[in-house]
Amino acid sequence: MSLITYREAIRHALAEELERDANVVVLGEEVGQFHGAYKVTEGLLAKFGPNRIVDTPISEAGFIGMGIGASMLGVRPVMELMFWSFYSVAFDQILNNAANVRYMSGGQICCPIVIRGPANGGTNVGATHSHTPENVLANHPGVKVVVPATAADAKGLLKSAIRDNDPVFFLENTILYGEKGEVPEGEHLIPLGKADVKRVGTDLTIVTYGRCVLHSLAAAAILEKEHDISVEVVDLRTIRPLDIDTVLASVKKTNRVLIVEEQKPFASVGSQLAFMIQREAFDDLDGPIHRLATIDAPAIYSPPVEVEQLPNPQRVLKAALEAVK
Amino acid sequence: MNRACFRALPTKTFPLPTFKRLTVTKKTSTTAEKPVNFAQAPINAALTAAQKVDLFRTMVRIRRFEERSLRAYQGKKIGGFLHLYIGQEAVAVGCCSLMGKDDHVITAYRDHGHAIAVGMELNPLMAELYGKATGCSKGKGGSMHYFAPDKNYWGGHGIVGGQIPLGAGLAYAVKYQGKKGAAMAFMGDGAVNQGAVHEAYNLAALWKLPVIFVIENNGYSMGTSQARSSAGTLAKRAEGYDMAWGQCNGADVYEVRATMDRFLKLAHEKHEPAIVEIDTYRYRGHSVADPDNTYRTKAEIEEYRNNKDPIQLFQKTLLAEGVLTEATAAKIDEEARAESDHAADFAEASPFPTAADIQTDVYWEADHPAERKSQGRLFFE
Repeated sequence: MSLITYREAIRHALAEELERDANVVVLGEEVGQFHGAYKVTEGLLAKFGPNRIVDTPISEAGFIGMGIGASMLGVRPVMELMFWSFYSVAFDQILNNAANVRYMSGGQICCPIVIRGPANGGTNVGATHSHTPENVLANHPGVKVVVPATAADAKGLLKSAIRDNDPVFFLENTILYGEKGEVPEGEHLIPLGKADVKRVGTDLTIVTYGRCVLHSLAAAAILEKEHDISVEVVDLRTIRPLDIDTVLASVKKTNRVLIVEEQKPFASVGSQLAFMIQREAFDDLDGPIHRLATIDAPAIYSPPVEVEQLPNPQRVLKAALEAVK
Repeated sequence: MNRACFRALPTKTFPLPTFKRLTVTKKTSTTAEKPVNFAQAPINAALTAAQKVDLFRTMVRIRRFEERSLRAYQGKKIGGFLHLYIGQEAVAVGCCSLMGKDDHVITAYRDHGHAIAVGMELNPLMAELYGKATGCSKGKGGSMHYFAPDKNYWGGHGIVGGQIPLGAGLAYAVKYQGKKGAAMAFMGDGAVNQGAVHEAYNLAALWKLPVIFVIENNGYSMGTSQARSSAGTLAKRAEGYDMAWGQCNGADVYEVRATMDRFLKLAHEKHEPAIVEIDTYRYRGHSVADPDNTYRTKAEIEEYRNNKDPIQLFQKTLLAEGVLTEATAAKIDEEARAESDHAADFAEASPFPTAADIQTDVYWEADHPAERKSQGRLFFE
């Protein structure tokens, strides 16, 4: 094991896959000379050269569409979006072309592209830069959506994503980039679609993913210590494919569910989870499914208030106490 | 003129079209000399008689296939949209006839002509229109979404201009993989105002991608004429990107080949992208749902149909060259009609996909369960 940051873990995954497969290329705004807007790709240009690490103009529809076209011929582009929020200007490329081309061609084409970048609020950058589109993306059959919470998961999942033959959208978090975690040495792969029980408990299941895993773990520690409530935290890690079985197994054990997500509530990932849990584990539930989401408004700028708009440990704590009432 | 084949030339003069068409200046930013007679251009002079007849045959097959598909549509055998290429055949045939093994084609939703020009068979093409399991996309794509990766044909795309970045990507892959090839990314004149097209222009010029952006200028983006939708000369926008550009007459298959050959060579040898605007005309509406009576005159359509038809013109040329006889032309036409009828019969007799087929061809992994590495649910209820 080595203790590295989430940022380094992603960088190591990129470097290992660039080393392993000559078809892997990294393209995006400022990924080369600038070392990445968030320094994720630092040092890769020096190591792999400008043919493999390509700085793009600010032109998301153009370069992402180009990556999709190249992937149809066997190149494996890993495209960096400086913010996932910028997906809106490449929406047609991402969700008409990448998501549909296999289907519309009757299975003749595959599109092994990875699009990665941060998708989170909490950095006071306002409504345009704080989107969390995992629900929008996962609504499109044909794509896979990954939202890692820890350094180890980020590395293992990104390596799997790059080797995947379907388009994979990989949603990181700028606030997590500096978080350190233990990452196994050597080849470390985590299959997409496998949830991880980050904390074992018996009284309440918190189903969550991304940075909310950290909030949930913090709240769970307080609940244990101050309220004698034992919380199980299930980290989905991948939104699609979805490991609902791990969620259901936990619900069967605790009989109570709180979903925690950095999502606007309407038609969120949690909405889908709640539907599936009530449909498949109705008899295991001792009460209604609870949910804690982002407060339903565009992302507010005001720094102290934005903390309150998003899930945070205190809000999780409060919601958990409601859920076990 | 073979009357069995085509309508006789008109004997009376038609009024001038109300819409002023683009003047084809044949201007190009490249300095290469253009031959006066396109038949004499080396790429055309090198054609054997049989190859010339093949070009003619492919154009005739496209037209008869589409006329047959229109009848099927009118007979309610085909759903959705049907965008016909009739009148534009020399463009796809001329361009695709130049393809080498590492050259690739991608186009928009008016995609039947290109599909036939790259060598797709009529049966699966017609079956796709009928929504049948034997269709080229198993009935999942429809008229706008024909694909044949084995023939370097990458669609068939429904959103105006959305395929153009993909075309740049095909060129990127060809170059990255060290192959001597190019991509021809086709669009209509209505696509040139889309942002994604300009983003692709910039990337192609910036990174020297071997892609030729082919604007098939048929004068109308749906029902809006070029004069009402696009400022300036469409191909000349290349100059803003320091890219080569050219224009040519799309009614003359020789001219299309001679022009595209020069730009393909630039792409193959120097990774030079280019924009080529090919002047053409569609006789039918934007799609068959277009009543086609609000934005252009019947006289204008008749003028093109009777005096500038690419098939008629090429037939005349080949007759004059002694490469084709009227009897052979009639036979080719008869065979194309029979082949199209046969394709319709094939489509009619073919089964529809089943409800179980709805969820195949969505994920590569779901289609290859033995090789699946991910876990969890891919599909939801």
